[in-house]
Amino acid sequence: MDIVEGHAALNAGVSTRAGIYHYDEYDREFLRERVAEFRGQVGRRLAGALTEDEFKPLRLMNGLYLQLHAYMLRCAIPYGVLSSAQMRQFAHVARVYDRGFGHFTTRQNLQFNWIKLEEAPDALAALAEADLHALQTSGNCIRNVTTDEFAGAAADELVDPRVYAEILRQWSTLHPEFSFLPRKFKIAITGAPTDRAAIQVHDIGLLAKPGPAGDVGFEVWAGGGLGRVPIIGTKLRDWLSERDFLGYMEAILRVYNALGGRENIHKARIKILVRDLGPEAFIRLVEDEFAALPREKFPLDPAVVAAIQAHFAAPAFADLPHAGTDLALRTAENSPFADWVAHNTHPHKQPGYISAIISLKPIGGIPGDATADQMDAIADLADRYSFDEVRVTHYQNLVLPHVRQDELFDVWHALRGLGLATPNIGTVTDIIACPGLDYCSLANARAIPVAQLLSERFADLRRQYDIGPITLNISGCINACGHHHVGAIGILGVDKKGEEFYQLTLGGSAGNDAAIGEIIGPAVPYDAVVDAVETVVKTYVAQRRPGEAFLQTYRRIGMAPFKDALYATA
Amino acid sequence: MQAKVKTKGTAQPLVVTANRLRDGRVVWLAEGGAWVEHLAQAHVFLGEQAEAGLAEGAEAEKSQQVVGAYVAEVSVGPAGIVPVRARERFRALGPSVGAVAA
Repeated sequence: MDIVEGHAALNAGVSTRAGIYHYDEYDREFLRERVAEFRGQVGRRLAGALTEDEFKPLRLMNGLYLQLHAYMLRCAIPYGVLSSAQMRQFAHVARVYDRGFGHFTTRQNLQFNWIKLEEAPDALAALAEADLHALQTSGNCIRNVTTDEFAGAAADELVDPRVYAEILRQWSTLHPEFSFLPRKFKIAITGAPTDRAAIQVHDIGLLAKPGPAGDVGFEVWAGGGLGRVPIIGTKLRDWLSERDFLGYMEAILRVYNALGGRENIHKARIKILVRDLGPEAFIRLVEDEFAALPREKFPLDPAVVAAIQAHFAAPAFADLPHAGTDLALRTAENSPFADWVAHNTHPHKQPGYISAIISLKPIGGIPGDATADQMDAIADLADRYSFDEVRVTHYQNLVLPHVRQDELFDVWHALRGLGLATPNIGTVTDIIACPGLDYCSLANARAIPVAQLLSERFADLRRQYDIGPITLNISGCINACGHHHVGAIGILGVDKKGEEFYQLTLGGSAGNDAAIGEIIGPAVPYDAVVDAVETVVKTYVAQRRPGEAFLQTYRRIGMAPFKDALYATA
Repeated sequence: MQAKVKTKGTAQPLVVTANRLRDGRVVWLAEGGAWVEHLAQAHVFLGEQAEAGLAEGAEAEKSQQVVGAYVAEVSVGPAGIVPVRARERFRALGPSVGAVAA
């Protein structure tokens, strides 16, 4: 799917109201052909015409992993944007081909944990009916581009990043030169000064911003990443013009493709190349490659940008007063609603509107999981209250991006009835957790039950609010799908002689102040990890100055008080 | 992550396990070459005897029954066959969290 021109045709199954990129018949035919191709590959595998070694790369190209208990299908949600119709189709696939639920991930995707190989082509065919697929959710290619979950809605947004995320999606899909990179490649883009897309810990991170002449350009970062060797990215450019957007991406990828390590999987990401070359040398190579590109071949045509922008035109907002009088009255008279508004909403650029965050972190629940019934109910709410749109956050929550403030109480009331109104966004129970050893074949330790126990330990809302803003991220192995390195408190599961242990890190951040957490000390066993986090939190509460968040306190006092408290009691 | 288990020179009882090709379910090699869904029905090997089980696993891979056959350590006692490593315990028991009704 190359960069396409504007499309008028819309799939009957996909909302025309939602601010999503609408496929045309060419895109749909491509998806149907891809499913048919995979159906043939699965058939040949089951018949014995393909060995597992031959088949594995083919299934991975279609997002199908073999995990501990079953096949797992990782479905792409490009830049975390879904229509309500697409959410309903996920619910359908969950019911028919899985066990009635799905798991939203830190890459804004959705994973089904109980897929059967023999049914995987049917599941993909069902997804394709709603313009959904699993392309490039695995393999050494450019993966699903992630962005700010409030894109196109946030009050502080300078440029809508969905437009450029979609351009990147089209450019990178089946890109012949970049389909077999040294390793996987992840791009994040934001268009707001507050980084909600973690751009400094991605292979490429982009900040779209307006120039002095009203044009659009980009701050470009590269060489960031988590995993075995966590590294904060290097800024390559303060300003890259829109015209040169794709050319510069080509240049970065070409340098990486040519020089990135292929001998050792643990040293193959671009971050290792940037580290080993040194930032200055890497930047020089990229700039030289960029300068040598035939520029006439790579300029991003403003007409293409405009055509894609049309897909993300603002919905038909009502003309409303700026201040939500009704909202203020409701919060004054209803404390639970006030809690939810204070924590689970985000300011909208359109007067009278607001973005509502649906927490997928109920106390004691599985972070990121949603049942098919919940998906359907959320789709219904999106239809009624948010122009058919749903967003997936990299914190494993969902967002209704465009809600009228005078309807927010009704949304909250409905969510409450569904068990989806936990007012804990940004608190210690808003925990990121990878599937861990409960599902993942790479994991060393469980992440989900640790998250559940922590959530129950800190269940008291008043205590959560007293602790204040904090991130608590859990990974079941060093691959760091749970982003533990950038949690203010990070937890990494490790294997010690076949048993689960957990290493704590403190001080991580994925925001504008990006930082890699530091290891506090020796790992603790499963039964001790919740108490260890409790000790860390109590130390912070005892040491903090008025108004000081966890990270501020940590940066002021350092590791020693936390370490002393934790290991003195051990 | 799966740890490589040696069959030679170990006193630890062993089982041969894999994932079933068509649906990915965890299975163990039982007496007579069948692949079963319950660890309790698995054939327990001692030391190098497990090499024969691994050979059966390799044949089962060639005949499209299973994927990735390997040896796992177990203990055998009053509670039956119990995997030694946490990873294998979760493979045997299923996820330790909810929402997974079969």
